[in-house]
Amino acid sequence: MAASEVDVFANEEKRNLELGGHVGFDSLPDQLVSKSVAQGFCFNILCVGETGIGKSTLMNTLFNTTFENEEASHYEHEVQLRPQTYDLQESNVNLKLTIVHTVGFGDQINKEESYKPILEYIDAQFENYLEEELKIKRSLFNYHDTRIHICLYFIAPTGHSLKSIDLVTMKKLDSKVNIIPVIAKADTVSRSELDKLKIKVMSELVSNGVQIYQFPTEDEAVAEINSSMNTHLPFAVVGSIEDVKVGNKMVKARLYPWGSVQVENENHCDFVKLREMLLRVNMEDLREQTHARHYELYRRCKLEEMGFKDTGPDSQSFSLQETYEAKRKEFLVELQRKEEEMRQMFVNKVKETEAELKEKEKELHERFEQLKRMHQEEKKNLEEKRRELEEEMNAFNRRKVAAETLMGQALQGCSQQPFKKDKDKKNFFSLPSACSLTSGRNLN
Amino acid sequence: MSGGETSVSEADGNGGIMGQQKNLEGYVGFANLPNQVYRKSVKRGFEFTLMVVGESGLGKSTLINSLFLTDLYSPEYPGPSHRIKKTVQVEQSKVLVKEGGVHLLLTIVDTPGFGDAVDNSNCWQPVIDYIDSKFEDYLNAESRVNRRQMPDSRVQCCLYFIAPSGHGLKPLDIEFMKRLHEKVNIIPLIAKADTMTPEECQQFKKQIMKEIQEHKIKIYEFPETEDEEEMKMVRKIKDRLPLAVVGSNTIIEVNGKRVRGRQYPWGVAEVENGEHCDFTILRNMLIRTHMQDLKDVTNNVHYENYRSRKLAAVTYNGVDNNKNKGQLTKSPLAQMEEERRDHVAKMKKMEQEMEQVFEMKVKEKLQKLRDSEVELQRRHEQMKKNLEAQHKELEEKRRQHEEEKASWEAQQRILEQQKLDASRTLEKNKKKKIF
Repeated sequence: MAASEVDVFANEEKRNLELGGHVGFDSLPDQLVSKSVAQGFCFNILCVGETGIGKSTLMNTLFNTTFENEEASHYEHEVQLRPQTYDLQESNVNLKLTIVHTVGFGDQINKEESYKPILEYIDAQFENYLEEELKIKRSLFNYHDTRIHICLYFIAPTGHSLKSIDLVTMKKLDSKVNIIPVIAKADTVSRSELDKLKIKVMSELVSNGVQIYQFPTEDEAVAEINSSMNTHLPFAVVGSIEDVKVGNKMVKARLYPWGSVQVENENHCDFVKLREMLLRVNMEDLREQTHARHYELYRRCKLEEMGFKDTGPDSQSFSLQETYEAKRKEFLVELQRKEEEMRQMFVNKVKETEAELKEKEKELHERFEQLKRMHQEEKKNLEEKRRELEEEMNAFNRRKVAAETLMGQALQGCSQQPFKKDKDKKNFFSLPSACSLTSGRNLN
Repeated sequence: MSGGETSVSEADGNGGIMGQQKNLEGYVGFANLPNQVYRKSVKRGFEFTLMVVGESGLGKSTLINSLFLTDLYSPEYPGPSHRIKKTVQVEQSKVLVKEGGVHLLLTIVDTPGFGDAVDNSNCWQPVIDYIDSKFEDYLNAESRVNRRQMPDSRVQCCLYFIAPSGHGLKPLDIEFMKRLHEKVNIIPLIAKADTMTPEECQQFKKQIMKEIQEHKIKIYEFPETEDEEEMKMVRKIKDRLPLAVVGSNTIIEVNGKRVRGRQYPWGVAEVENGEHCDFTILRNMLIRTHMQDLKDVTNNVHYENYRSRKLAAVTYNGVDNNKNKGQLTKSPLAQMEEERRDHVAKMKKMEQEMEQVFEMKVKEKLQKLRDSEVELQRRHEQMKKNLEAQHKELEEKRRQHEEEKASWEAQQRILEQQKLDASRTLEKNKKKKIF
């Protein structure tokens, strides 16, 4: 393209330069941040868990508000996903939060297909984004991002390990979304049981190759807290929006006869850890991972499915234009081929029918040739007969004439004897022989 | 192309749907999100590509050095101005600078030779080509199946140097800006402002802005903000456009302060003195407050324009775009899908038509066959009748003939008998006569 025409003298070495004073670009992160804040942020949480396990309550507790949620029945005959979007604001930060609940998860008798609607929903959000990204006229910078940034998988506290549906579902989702498993209703499990359960769950996840979200440890600022938190997974959580008086404070807790389970007490449950990790420390990383890893994977698979490649058979990389042009050419060729096929089929049909019709025509002609021949023959017969008759008639006529002439002469001879000359006598004598000859013949 | 719609109920929050407003009753923690964003951006580092365009001798290199307080062009790395050029070149230099923990990869794109020839027609072309090629590179990187890093070398700002003639824009200036204002953010600058008095400068600026408006040139516009303070500042800047700058590589002592400036017999023109020139405004605006916006406008406006034009060309193969304006909201693939559907429909119709024609022809042919069959049959019948008639006639003739013959023969026999009798009588008479 233009690169060959322009004499670009690329000074490719990146020199490190010392600044002789304060230039001021250290404000760049602030510029970026203030723009992002002005635009507002998006965050999308998917909660997967059985009916009644405490998903809605946890969300309310996490965000310190009451999200309306109708209670689900156990009788949904397939898993449904219900997204709800809320506008939240904390200090100067506007957050568009979308919470997606799985309704009816785990309620069916046959749970083999349970994970499918969840997978489809996640893929659908990726698909929407990809579609926008591929449009000719697009507006990505104010696109409302609905891709799921985090999937909280609620593990039932009953039992000693993961249920098989948990393993199946998480295995299907781990390459599509960041998963944080949480043990729900942790106040129904004793400390020792909880420890055992956590260990069991983690080992089962590891042995089944389920990739859950790891809190990032590259950034020194958060490496320490993140790595320590990684060891507390899965978080055992308790949710409550009811205020209970403990000591002289009102705290969120669940009141039992034997005591109150304080949600924000780190000895009682891991709620605070979850909130810290999810919202305060790693929210941006979750968003980044979703975009840079999960979405890219989806996009790559989708494009490959559609036949896009980065390099051609000779390892030369394609530019976008080339790829599209190639696709378009392919497409046009295919259309043409289809057209040709149809035409060809038609031509064949026509040929066939023509052959048939020709056959018919031939038959018809033959038939009539035959008839014609018959006619000819009959005509010939007729002609012959006619000829015969004519000959007969002619002969007869001649006989008649001859006989009459003879008779005429004979009569003349008889009545006028004396006047007869010798010539006549001669004639008379010569005639009868002729007469009798012919008459004799004619009598046949 | 979309799935999951069977299980998802309404209101899926797409396309900027307003969510329900909820009040938080206590500490949640996402207010820390901006800090997270801050940290991550610092870790990633920043990039910026700045282009300078103008005739040689207008002090472009000096200005760059002054802006970034560094010797981008030094004796070891001489600027393009010191090299001999025959045609317009486009040269880029990449430098890595650090400040306050923030890393910035700065690319300066210089255009030596611009406007220096006797015939400067099309001297803007190499510049346009360069900018387009960077867009092209980014487009390709963005469109790959396997995308990893996408290095961004798109030109995010173009400083255009206007010679301080004092009268107005030159035709070359107008031509250049008209051709590039929809490809890059243009910030016009009056170079070597220290050659004009403030009044002359004021006049000059007014004239230039008038001409820019007349020619409908879209120079970079500062975005509106809601912040009152910021808006005041923005308006102040707008009043002083185009910015008149002075650059200097030398540090001079003035009143005990070490400043960058230009030493004249009659005084020192200080670069960073707001009463001497607009350099500080430029630096603050370009680097300290609007660098991010320059990048955003390049990405969201100029690049998107390039991209949509490029993809529309690919999709429609040069067909006039105005016809297809409404269809630009699709991706080229969706476009092909639609075309395929149209084609299928067209083929169906064609097939139907061909079928009809075929049927009709067959019918015709069959009809013809039938007609000729009927005709031949008729003729055959007629001939048969004819022959029969002739037969009959012949029969009749024969019968007549036979009758005639029979009767005549009967007659003849009588005559014969009479003749015989007559001849016997004659014989008798003859015998009698003789005796």
